[in-house]
Amino acid sequence: METFFFWLFSIGMILFGLGVILNRNAVASALCFAFTIVFMSALFVMLSAFFLAAVQILVTAGAVMVLFLFIIMLLDLTAMEHVPRQKVWMGCALVLGLGFIYIVARTLYATPGGSITADSTPLPLQTSDDTHQIGRLLFTTYVAPFEITSLIILVATIGVIVLCKQDEPRPPSPGEDATRKTPPVESKKETSLTR
Amino acid sequence: MDIAWLLLLLPLAASIAILLHLHRKPDMAIFASVGSAALCFVVALGVAWGKVPEPASLTWISFPATTMSPDFTIDLGMIFDPLSKGMLLVVTGVGLLIHIYSIGYMAHDPSKGRFFGGLSIFMFSMTGIVLATNLIMLFFFWEGVGLSSYLLIGFWYSKESAAAAANKAFVCNRLADFGFMIGILTFWLLMGTVSVRSVDLAESYSSSSLPQVQSILTQAEMAVHHAPAILVRHTGGIATSPYLLTFMVLGLFCGCVGKSAMVPFHVWLPDAMEGPTPVSALIHAATMVAAGVYMLCRIYPLLLLSPAGMFIIAIIGCFTAIFAALIAVQQNDIKRILAYSTLSQLGYMVMAVGCGGPDAAMFHLTTHAFFKALLFLAAGSVIHALHEEQDIWRMGGLVKKIPLTFWTFAIGMLALIGCPPFAGFFSKDYVLSVAYAYHPGFYWVGVITAFLTAFYMTRLMVVTFWGSARTPAAEHPHESPPIMTVPLVILAVLSVIGGWSIAGFGIQDHFHQWTTTLPGNVPIPEANFFLGKIVPIAVVILGVGSAYLLYWGRNSDPLNINVLAQKFYIDEIYDRSLVGGTTLTASVFSWLDRWILEGVIIRGMAYLSVGVGEMLKLFQTGSLQAYAFLFSLGGALLIYFTLFTH
Amino acid sequence: MEITLNHYLAVAATLFVIGLMGVIIRRNLLVIYMSLEMMLQAANLTLVAFSRFNHRIDGQVFVFFVITVAAAEVAVGLALIVALYRLKQTTQVQDLTTLKF
Repeated sequence: METFFFWLFSIGMILFGLGVILNRNAVASALCFAFTIVFMSALFVMLSAFFLAAVQILVTAGAVMVLFLFIIMLLDLTAMEHVPRQKVWMGCALVLGLGFIYIVARTLYATPGGSITADSTPLPLQTSDDTHQIGRLLFTTYVAPFEITSLIILVATIGVIVLCKQDEPRPPSPGEDATRKTPPVESKKETSLTR
Repeated sequence: MDIAWLLLLLPLAASIAILLHLHRKPDMAIFASVGSAALCFVVALGVAWGKVPEPASLTWISFPATTMSPDFTIDLGMIFDPLSKGMLLVVTGVGLLIHIYSIGYMAHDPSKGRFFGGLSIFMFSMTGIVLATNLIMLFFFWEGVGLSSYLLIGFWYSKESAAAAANKAFVCNRLADFGFMIGILTFWLLMGTVSVRSVDLAESYSSSSLPQVQSILTQAEMAVHHAPAILVRHTGGIATSPYLLTFMVLGLFCGCVGKSAMVPFHVWLPDAMEGPTPVSALIHAATMVAAGVYMLCRIYPLLLLSPAGMFIIAIIGCFTAIFAALIAVQQNDIKRILAYSTLSQLGYMVMAVGCGGPDAAMFHLTTHAFFKALLFLAAGSVIHALHEEQDIWRMGGLVKKIPLTFWTFAIGMLALIGCPPFAGFFSKDYVLSVAYAYHPGFYWVGVITAFLTAFYMTRLMVVTFWGSARTPAAEHPHESPPIMTVPLVILAVLSVIGGWSIAGFGIQDHFHQWTTTLPGNVPIPEANFFLGKIVPIAVVILGVGSAYLLYWGRNSDPLNINVLAQKFYIDEIYDRSLVGGTTLTASVFSWLDRWILEGVIIRGMAYLSVGVGEMLKLFQTGSLQAYAFLFSLGGALLIYFTLFTH
Repeated sequence: MEITLNHYLAVAATLFVIGLMGVIIRRNLLVIYMSLEMMLQAANLTLVAFSRFNHRIDGQVFVFFVITVAAAEVAVGLALIVALYRLKQTTQVQDLTTLKF
């Protein structure tokens, strides 16, 4: 059963991943990406990382993808869709990808990971679930990185506002749209902070 | 503070004041310069009469003793002995007269303040040379006179020939001074001192500092062998050979060769006549060029250490004497004739030193200072009268028009050619007798030179003063103002009586100790009346007569000896060989510098960097995809080589 | 066939490589950005897998941080793209070749 679901989610994830890079429409790519994230969350569940699975769907598939779609729609990015693909770069990418796969495969064969299964390493009985454990770690061992992360988000927020702020009003429409772009970022930040 | 220091401080103060400020106020500059010269002369008189005591020496440079060498100090001091007293009187006396003469001669020059500043620097430096107690101090002032000579030759620096002549003089002197420096350092090495005080020199020479000289050879034996065989420095025991001593003597002589313009460094002196005439009189005839001879006399005991060196000195002096006299025969510029005459007379003096007669050299130096200064000042008066005309063939018939100049010039000329009873007669005879005692060959060359001297001076007189005026300017000359003629008269008087009075300074006594007692020196025999008196007078009469017959009433030169008129082509030879060689070498190095160093190496490096950069920048395609690909490829290769190669 | 750690790692690597190839072959900046995000998520998957098979919850904390920082990064990156679009009126990489010889 576990095997079946693993292959289901894995192959689904990889197919949607391919869809991200092979679709010529940016909106389709974004949607594929969202599905990739959903499948990955499923794999997280299989790995008993329930909290992260939820966060993944909320933040990445939800907030981030909405942001992507927002920008795609906003900028009206359909101009290059009929330009033919570049065969040379695709060949290069393929060779490089195969090279990476070769390296990973060779490494995996040389390591003992192939004998570690979920059954051979059963989860010990625990008094609390993973959300509690992560929360405990975040506010004890990793409290400093956690606070710094909040700072990073603050800086990112300010940076986004500065980058998108228009110094002087310009006639073309893209500028007009950008002023309305900041609220989604704000909402996204709230999303990430409310977790 | 001793009064004697005024001799140095007054001209120094005057020159500094003039160069800093007073050169804008010519009258003040003249007052400062002439005033300092006059005061110096007064102090010099006091020194000569023994009223001014010798000042205590100040320590200038002091080296503490080390394990390698004993302690060593260089003093700033003054020597008052008959030699320096005589020279001091000549320098300050003639210097004062020429200062006064310059007031008139330079009256119309707008930048005469600068001129007098230069004169004051010269007086300072020259007095320093005369009074220096050691060779280092002497060298310092030696360069000082070189500087003032440079400044004054190039006084009219806007004239290209004057600027070139100044450079030439400076370069020639620098070259020779390099040899002088080597000589001084060798002296220091051998003797352990640089003092030129007689007592120190005697010590250097005699037993205490050179123990082995005395222990190996007695004085009589040394006289026979003509040289100390081995010289050992008393401090370190450095064994020296006669060759090293000769090297030292020739090094010191090299300074004299440059400053006194001996062959082969004589080329600068005739060109130095581009300067104002008082400068030619003071520096390039009477005093500075004689400084070389004075220096040789000052270190005379050292010269005795090397008979070979003495012989070379005599040869060079002798050769210069006749060489310059020959050139003078065919020159047409009145100042150049006098310049070559100066060279010739300096040759006499150097020959006298080399022949073992420093007293004769100093005697001739003194009389020569009088009559050559007189001749130059009188020539300056002629030039002044004819509105800067210097070519004797464009003069003529001046005898009646400027009589005072004529008479003083005639006295100077008679003194120069050695006509009795003028000063030059006695001094030249003395030189010739010394030369005869050394070797008759020098004597006969000296006699021929005397003949040539009489010949070219008569030619100069006849062409300049007699005959008819050849140019409009020569028809209406005007006699110079009294401020110029009074110094002429004073110098004329000195030129007449100088021959008798000179012995009064006791210079002969000063040298007596050396000329009679030291080995390697030939005692002067009793004067041979025929060779000493009759022959010189005869050749003078012969010279005057032949020149009179040849030039009387001529309007152009009947003789036409091109090689003499072209000064034996020495300048051309130097131009071709030295200047040309230097230029060629310079161009070769310039080529190497430009093409090999700069072109291949430096620019090559730059071009290599640029080329590599040009090649590498092709990777900067601006394509994000290429960057991503290359970056990933690099990462992949890095991982691959990290993991799978051992 | 038992599912082992290596299976997860291989899947993650495949997703990573897909992201990498996307960066290389796509010319739309936004899609390139998505590909980059995908590579980050592939790394997250390996972290979670290791966490599970090593019984260390720390790996999941790391994933939490990665997700957070990635979200911030996406916000800034998209803001940059917007600013760039205002300047150049394009988000195609072949039009953004100012940085060349």
